[in-house]
Amino acid sequence: MAQNKQTPLIFEISQPGRKGYSLPPCDVPEKEVSELLPADFLREKPPLLPEVSELDTVRHFTRLSQRNYGVDAGFYPLGSCTMKYNPKVNEVVSRLSGFLHVHPYQAEETVQGCLQIMYELDRMLSEITGMDRFSLQPAAGAHGELAGLLAIKAYHTARGESRRTKIIVPDSAHGTNPASAAMAGFEVIQVKSNAQGGVDLDSLKAAVSPELAGLMLTNPNTLGLFDENITEIAEIIHAAGGLLYYDGANANAILGIARPGDMGFDVVHLNLHKTFSTPHGGGGPGSGPVGVKKDLIPFLPKPLVEFRDGKYYLDGDLPLSLGKVRSFYGNFTVMVKAYAYILSLGAKGLKEVSENAVLNANYLLQKLKGLFLLPYDRICMHECVFSGQNYHSQGVAVLDIAKRLLDYGYHPPTIYFPLIVQEALMLEPTETESKETLDEFIAALKAIVEEIQTDPELVRSAPYSTVVQRLDEAAAARHPKLRWQPETNK
Amino acid sequence: MSRYISNTALQQEEMLKEIGLNSLEELFRDIPKEVRLKQNLNLPEALSEMDLLKHLKALAGRNNNLEDNICFLGAGVYDHFIPSVIDTLISRQEFYTAYTPYQPEFSQGTLQAIFEFQTMMCELTGMEISNASMYDGASALAEAMLMACQAVKRDEVLVASSVHPESREVLKTYARARGIKVKEIGFINGTLDLEELKSAISSATAALLVQYPNFLGAIESLPTLAEIAHNNKALFVVSADPIALALLKSPGECGADIVVGEGQSLGNPLSFGGPHLGFFCATEKLLRKMPGRIVGQTTDKKGRRSFTLTIQAREQHIRREKATSNICSNHALNALTATIYLTLLGKEGLKEVAYLCLQKAHYAMEQITKLPGFDPLYTAPFFKEFAVKTPVSPEDLNANLLESKIIGGYPLQKVYPELKNTWLLAVTEKRTKEEIDLLVEKVGGK
Repeated sequence: MAQNKQTPLIFEISQPGRKGYSLPPCDVPEKEVSELLPADFLREKPPLLPEVSELDTVRHFTRLSQRNYGVDAGFYPLGSCTMKYNPKVNEVVSRLSGFLHVHPYQAEETVQGCLQIMYELDRMLSEITGMDRFSLQPAAGAHGELAGLLAIKAYHTARGESRRTKIIVPDSAHGTNPASAAMAGFEVIQVKSNAQGGVDLDSLKAAVSPELAGLMLTNPNTLGLFDENITEIAEIIHAAGGLLYYDGANANAILGIARPGDMGFDVVHLNLHKTFSTPHGGGGPGSGPVGVKKDLIPFLPKPLVEFRDGKYYLDGDLPLSLGKVRSFYGNFTVMVKAYAYILSLGAKGLKEVSENAVLNANYLLQKLKGLFLLPYDRICMHECVFSGQNYHSQGVAVLDIAKRLLDYGYHPPTIYFPLIVQEALMLEPTETESKETLDEFIAALKAIVEEIQTDPELVRSAPYSTVVQRLDEAAAARHPKLRWQPETNK
Repeated sequence: MSRYISNTALQQEEMLKEIGLNSLEELFRDIPKEVRLKQNLNLPEALSEMDLLKHLKALAGRNNNLEDNICFLGAGVYDHFIPSVIDTLISRQEFYTAYTPYQPEFSQGTLQAIFEFQTMMCELTGMEISNASMYDGASALAEAMLMACQAVKRDEVLVASSVHPESREVLKTYARARGIKVKEIGFINGTLDLEELKSAISSATAALLVQYPNFLGAIESLPTLAEIAHNNKALFVVSADPIALALLKSPGECGADIVVGEGQSLGNPLSFGGPHLGFFCATEKLLRKMPGRIVGQTTDKKGRRSFTLTIQAREQHIRREKATSNICSNHALNALTATIYLTLLGKEGLKEVAYLCLQKAHYAMEQITKLPGFDPLYTAPFFKEFAVKTPVSPEDLNANLLESKIIGGYPLQKVYPELKNTWLLAVTEKRTKEEIDLLVEKVGGK
């Protein structure tokens, strides 16, 4: 990130008459536009788009890219986000013309390759999670949550139990869980965590009722801890007639080790952009397939891909289906990348993923124990959560530590989440990082802790080396400036 | 160890020792025995990179791609030209291997690009604010419905049945979940049936949702519809084709309160249906009710212009079950694609694309309806897509055309049972006169 000079907005380098495109001349007999469209339909004021050359465009976006940081540039231990290496061969195969330039409404016999990938990916994800069937339609994790919850709703309704309107969510859950439950029309009941960081069984027992629709659980949870009581939790929920929803955001810990389906979960979503190595794209596109046990298959989003007489086809004739959550079949080229990833690794390789993810996280946990408070001192899974509260007396917040890490060239961990840990610092190293990388990162954190002792202001005012320093975020929210305006925006 | 793992066996041992464990197995001791997987996953053997490439190329080869075929199929996503610059730029690792820009000091590139995207979408739609993108046009429309219901505190919406069938399905899924009633309003001569609308709209209506141009290719008269909606204190929601907006009056000018749409046409390949992007614009009044990420401009400590995610008190990570939406990841890389596309094409280029679509679509309509038995289905004005009546089933026409490597139009009967033997054809700037003439020749030769 060498680009310290400010980059003008693309609109500010616009020059009337400059152009960055080349289109062929019109080769059909032309008519006056006014002959083809009524005058009052026509736009008078053109949209103020930039006028720049191709080189202007390339330079502009190259410079913008230099004001960004990606996994290829360095360590990115952002907890809960699984910022692992994104294999390049997956990018190559997802760009094959036979995947990239295919229309979703082409006749089935002309898209057999696409359908085969979807069919096989469904089977592979089912095997990995111990579920019976996946829909690949949801576009992201939260979207998968919505689809999964709607499947739960449709299931209860079909059984004449539409009174089941409540979803239990632990206080350690991702914010998307309660938000998705609300969007699916459920009432959210929050349950506490116990001293070990798991679901408090007494609170859980008190929360179940005949109105229970289900429980949303992340396991390992957002503290990076595996809930040992999972079998008991499943029994409590099932005995009350509810279903278990597995938030797969943390599935990187359990590939080939344990399966949600064997733990008693009925519905699962996975984040292909976390566990299955597809890039995050600066905030998407992801893909959030939702998988279910046999009894819930009829309620999945439609259509599903089926195989009969040597042919793959789309089956939209699912009368009990929850409907559609987006157009077409999902983020197909993201699926191609995940499919290629699973094929590259096989069963043994996937198990190595989780072994190394968990090994790396525990190594960080062990080495950082002396630096930060550890609210739950036990073996962690793929991520570990510390509290930076011990530096409060020096007036240093965990935000400051995160900002100082930027100066050391690292993307900081997730901070202030999970909400149940004060001054939380959530680190997820992923399996693709080496011991050397972790050691260097640990050394950086040690150096920052040194700085807190000797010169806390240095940490409080960080970062210094980034293209911009701390932002006035309050002003951004108080006086929203959400677009460029030609006159005022200088 | 696979090539994606960096630790060596020796390092693994060192690390285990440091942790105080003897084996990798012990790392998983918190997982109860009864839920541990006893056997290996039953998955295909791992492939080498060479074999993987071979396998995927073979699968890709089982699809007819639009580089080797001539496409007249649209119906919501379109075969527009994609300048070469785009893939070069979006393939820069700094963009595609980054996460959501939570740390603004490390993400000014993504943030500024989104700010530029928001500006461009406001310009195109004629609206005051835009978010950072949604998953697709269909879910964007569904979220617009939720926002409208929340904003006017009513729980019934009217949607034109000429809105994309998949969008209507998604809309109904989201509506059912929240107990929102959806009523469909039919069409006459391809555009919304005004009489039906007037009798259906009431003080219970939260919003009227239409598409521009609609799924049948016809262009609705937005100002009339806006007036009817506003007279009932309902919001007017338009799902628009962004390419058409270079030529057509912006929905903002016509009185829209929320403008959403499918942004695929802006430089995104068809990709068998995704990933594309949805865009979401609105009047400033609705800002605090918007779903999704929003980027705002501010300054850093040194007074330099900088960009950050803002107005986050609407979002799930803060508001949890009270959030305006559950959306977290959006389609940032597709929005970046759209931004680069709109930058390259710019003010003149986008107009030129729209102009070429308009001319070519009208030429195609004129030529094809010269054939006996082929008549325009509607006389309403259209942009790049139009419907014709066919003397035989469009499925038969498409099957025959495939032999000439032509991907024909969309049989409307699939979603409108009453529209037997009707065919929806899309003609983008990519289609040449020669290709259009070939289509007409092949269809006529039938």
